[in-house]
Amino acid sequence: MNPDKTRRDFFRQASIGMGSMALAHLLAQDGRAATDPLEPRAPLFPAKAKNVIFLFMEGAPSQMDLFDPKPELQKWNGKPLPPSLTKDLKLAFIKPTATVLGSPRVFRPAGKCGMELSDVLPGLATCADDICLIRSMYSEAFNHHPGQLLLFTGHTIVGRPAMGSWVIYGLGSEARNLPGFVVLASGNGTSGGTDNYASGFLPSTYAGTVLRSTGDPILYLSNPPDCSRERQRSRLDALRDLNTMRYAATGDREIESRIHAYELAFRMQASAPDLLDFSKESPATVDAYGVHADATRAFGTNCLLARRMVERGVRFVMLMHASWDHHSEINKGIVKNCGATDQPTAALIHDLKQRGMLDSTLVVWGGEFGRTPMSEIRRPDEADNAGRDHHPNGFSLWLAGGGIKGGQVIGKTDELALNVVEDPIHIHDLQATILRCLGLEHTRLTYHYLGRDFRLTDVAGKVVNKLLV
Amino acid sequence: MRDVTLCFFLIFATALAQLPPAAARRIDFRNDVEPILRGNCIGCHGPAAQQSGFRLDDRASLLKGGNSGKAAVVPGNSEGSLLIQRVAGMPGVIAMPPVGQRLSREQIGLMRAWIDQGVSWNAAPLASAGATAPPKSKHWAFQPIVKPTVPESEPHPIDAFVRERLRKESIAPSAEAPRNVLLRRVSLDLIGLPPAPEELAEFLADTRPDAYERQVDRLLASPHYGEKWARPWLDQARYADSDGYEKDWARPYAWRYREWVIEALNRDMPFDRFTIEQIAGDELPAATAEDKVATGFNRNTLTNREGGVDNEQFRFENLVDRTATVGTVWLGLTVGCAQCHDHKFDPIKQKDFYRLSAFFDNLEEVDIDAPIPGELGPWLTTRAEYRAKRDALLKEYHVPELQPAWEKDMLRAGAHPGERTDWDLAWDCLLKLTERGDGEKIMRKDPVRRTEREQEVLTDHFVRNYHFAIGDKKYKELKFDELDGKLRELYKSYPQLTQAMTVADDTNPHPTFLRVRGDYKNPGIEVQPGVPEVLPPLASAHPKRLDLARWLVSRENPLTSRVTVNRVWQEYFGQGLVRSSADFGTQGDRPTHPELLDWLAAEFMDSGWSLKHLHRLIVTSATYKQSSRARPELDRDPNNSLLARQSRLRLPAELIRDEALEVSGLLYPEIGGPSVRPPQPKGVSELRYGGGNWEESTGKDRYRRGLYIYFQRSTPYPLLSNFDAPKSNVTMCRRLRTDTPLQALNLLNDPAFFEAAQALAERVVGTGDFSRGLTRMYELALDREPIEKEASRLHSYFEQERAKFGERSAWTSVASVLLNLDEFIVRE
Repeated sequence: MNPDKTRRDFFRQASIGMGSMALAHLLAQDGRAATDPLEPRAPLFPAKAKNVIFLFMEGAPSQMDLFDPKPELQKWNGKPLPPSLTKDLKLAFIKPTATVLGSPRVFRPAGKCGMELSDVLPGLATCADDICLIRSMYSEAFNHHPGQLLLFTGHTIVGRPAMGSWVIYGLGSEARNLPGFVVLASGNGTSGGTDNYASGFLPSTYAGTVLRSTGDPILYLSNPPDCSRERQRSRLDALRDLNTMRYAATGDREIESRIHAYELAFRMQASAPDLLDFSKESPATVDAYGVHADATRAFGTNCLLARRMVERGVRFVMLMHASWDHHSEINKGIVKNCGATDQPTAALIHDLKQRGMLDSTLVVWGGEFGRTPMSEIRRPDEADNAGRDHHPNGFSLWLAGGGIKGGQVIGKTDELALNVVEDPIHIHDLQATILRCLGLEHTRLTYHYLGRDFRLTDVAGKVVNKLLV
Repeated sequence: MRDVTLCFFLIFATALAQLPPAAARRIDFRNDVEPILRGNCIGCHGPAAQQSGFRLDDRASLLKGGNSGKAAVVPGNSEGSLLIQRVAGMPGVIAMPPVGQRLSREQIGLMRAWIDQGVSWNAAPLASAGATAPPKSKHWAFQPIVKPTVPESEPHPIDAFVRERLRKESIAPSAEAPRNVLLRRVSLDLIGLPPAPEELAEFLADTRPDAYERQVDRLLASPHYGEKWARPWLDQARYADSDGYEKDWARPYAWRYREWVIEALNRDMPFDRFTIEQIAGDELPAATAEDKVATGFNRNTLTNREGGVDNEQFRFENLVDRTATVGTVWLGLTVGCAQCHDHKFDPIKQKDFYRLSAFFDNLEEVDIDAPIPGELGPWLTTRAEYRAKRDALLKEYHVPELQPAWEKDMLRAGAHPGERTDWDLAWDCLLKLTERGDGEKIMRKDPVRRTEREQEVLTDHFVRNYHFAIGDKKYKELKFDELDGKLRELYKSYPQLTQAMTVADDTNPHPTFLRVRGDYKNPGIEVQPGVPEVLPPLASAHPKRLDLARWLVSRENPLTSRVTVNRVWQEYFGQGLVRSSADFGTQGDRPTHPELLDWLAAEFMDSGWSLKHLHRLIVTSATYKQSSRARPELDRDPNNSLLARQSRLRLPAELIRDEALEVSGLLYPEIGGPSVRPPQPKGVSELRYGGGNWEESTGKDRYRRGLYIYFQRSTPYPLLSNFDAPKSNVTMCRRLRTDTPLQALNLLNDPAFFEAAQALAERVVGTGDFSRGLTRMYELALDREPIEKEASRLHSYFEQERAKFGERSAWTSVASVLLNLDEFIVRE
């Protein structure tokens, strides 16, 4: 029996959403593009969220300095922890005998819920009642590349599809003139590089498209020299007519879908510049995002673009800010990064809310893991050089919007920020929950490859109901 | 603090509380225990199946345990027995039975008492219902290859098999494609380039009965044949020019392996030899440098240089990848599925996976000097001068005084981690950033016993990374960055030998262990090198990689030949006779033409594993030569599995560019050599960690064929990603063919394709009237003349363009339309 065929029959019979998605893909694999692989599809469950904006804080932000107050660390400052607590710790650079670094940050209750947040996050504090803060995340990867891959592909080794790819594979995209999965970057290059948004073994149709900050916003978007939009149109008209003639001669339906792709490309050439044109935004909005201030310009522009893309139906926007990898000078680094990201992040939440879009947009903020309560000192002869090493055993991250119950703190780490002691949430659990917000069931969003069905959550993951409305 | 301790205590206490108490009476095995084992365990852990290598149908096996290497039962200590912990579902172990009803507290109590009382066994070994030793698999792909008799209906064996099937389905085959389409097809298929109009004209004028066969011979003899057919093999070999992962450093000599593949294919090296050299060329008696270069196949795995990673983990990941790759490439089996557990569908045990991995476990990565002709002489004569200048430079910057102390400090840091965090970091760098991560190994050698290369590697590392140990300020004072620059300059100004990435047997072999649940930190039982038990055994009792390689291409192995001919077939028809060309296991597709597959597999071996013979066979068949035009009556066979016509196939990424360069006259057809970097937009390679630069190739190198484009794993050349080239992280044996708007933008607007359109236009500007020019352009680009309707549509487009932008520009526009046609990027 042909397993592909069986699967296809199954999907055909299944009236639920995932069927049509997989069917479209299977037909495309057969060389019969009967359906656009990005055709929007209804999810399996009724969903709150239609779109995702993932604010990826690359490099691993320090939970003790931002989200998870640990006054106990002050008492241990400069001293090593008892070996009984640290003997099984596996760390990237420092040894378990390294001395503790207390946080200089002041935490204050924010919002009606009274969630405690660091003084470097004044903007986020105004959104406290909208966000669900998790203080009990954990991961098993303690290096960046594997950690980022685990977060975005569900596996520490290269080659699996990214979260955004899975989402548009499952749901298609409402955006007809823009890619369904768009990536925006500010700061430096990331450890995971393009693997964080690659389609892995899924067809490249599902890969993340980078909206570039230099040159063409989308690669090869602008016409060749001396080619106006009208001239491009007449080139495409001639092309379409000739392709149609070839279709008549060969009867190959692939030609139809090629014509369709060229027309979409042409529309994209118009819609991408329109996306980047902020002139119709109110000055107050543009200012709120910090588009005109040096510190916030890069990230603020990307946040505003993210909102505009979601408005245009882009299913998954991934926004990367690098880097939070503060092995040295963490106190300075935290202040600088928050200065670049806090205001725009808050503006994004407020703006989405005010436009009534927050309920249907899931916003996720977080890095690949957290940082150690112990210090890392790379240059002992320099003052204030202390930083923190990688720490996957307990860290913080937040979600807001589509399907998420705001104004709550989930989970707890111990007093020394070493381990989770309440409501542990693994990366796979987070992924399962994100998919659930979109109405997808993580165990059923699968792709058959090299002998087995793969999924974003590998062989694990549980939906965390506490996070949901 | 108190919370933490309390929490640990609670977990521990709860766990203890979960274990049901042992029954307080004398246990009779036959009455009390045997029914439990029989009812719950024997099915998976008895004579019929031994999941995770464990069986408990007799006392000795029970005590021995399974793949983990740990005893399942400790007589007298039920609490410490793994078996009890599992059936009780204690935290941290996988509960048994994994599905269905778990044992009751009473049953566990009985088993505890039985173990505490010494594990009596007053019964014969238990047999599960009706089962005996596992039968050899009946799955088709594991059966020996027997060459079927060819039906006598057709002159060509391939057609005989295909048409017999078509007759059964009452479907007529398609007519032969027109001669121009045929030559274009076979040319794109054999050398990856379209025929020049002159070549086509010659063929059309050739009325000899074997005119087509002569063209096939011409193409098979072309050195471009090796380039075309190297590409699918390089996909399988996951070839790239960089390390992968975060740092993604360059591999300046990776191309030596690519070159070896191209040359081997051009010489029609028999596929058995082709296999042996790549897997174990270094183990061949009197191995030559070229034999070793072939082992670069095993060096295409990724290298992770990210600070802080555990080298042992990535050594293991590479071992897993090498094992799974051999499984996929030669056996067409998803053996990688058995890394963590026995294969769910195929008769491949987890133990089989690790036995196969044992061939690669003691393999050392070695970069060798593999000079290309003409390099050795100049190198030898200038060596002394180079050494003297280098030594003088090092002395000038006090390296000989400082390096020994640094080495001592580093060894101390390695031995006493945690003393100084800055030194810990310096030590980590030594393990990651020396060429092969072998800084420690070199350092542990007495300096007088180091090779010249080793000493150079270590000193270069010292000069570049001393700041980790002494801080930036002191490093600056020493002006080591200036020295580094001078050393690099010096290196570049003297002849150096081209190297190659190879593998060799480790001089200190270590035993191989099964890894429980695929976790490198969790060794189980020791395993010996071997092949999956469901397949014919190896001849040697102590096999090496060379024995594995020879076994793979032995007549007895039912898979390699079938898998290989099927992969060649899929390049010609878009899909293999077995559609799942990566999976010949029970979950894969069954062959559409089983007899044809076996005949081809046997014929391939009979021909002395000649790939060119196989290619010639396929392309001279009427089945291959059929028209690809759709026919309404074939709608019921949308995949074209019956082969009643040819398929139209979009060209792979590299060939689309090659073709554009060729028809525009820009292609620089030089064969082989290091990779090139044609221009790409700014901001592409910058997405790499730490930036990354793309030093554009200049001159003719910008127009080399696509397979020479430098493959940077983390930021591939955009055309390659857009048109479905694999990312080369794992083996890939069938590319997908997608159709996206980004592809359209690429062909419409990429300056490289615009340049090709301009160059194609230049070839017809001034040919006289429009119609002559257009015909010429069609011949160049599509190997045919335009039909009336096409010519008239393009004429109006041309006139419209000419009126506004002039003739030259109008021709460029027409050329651009042709280069974007579906027909241009498709093999029809």
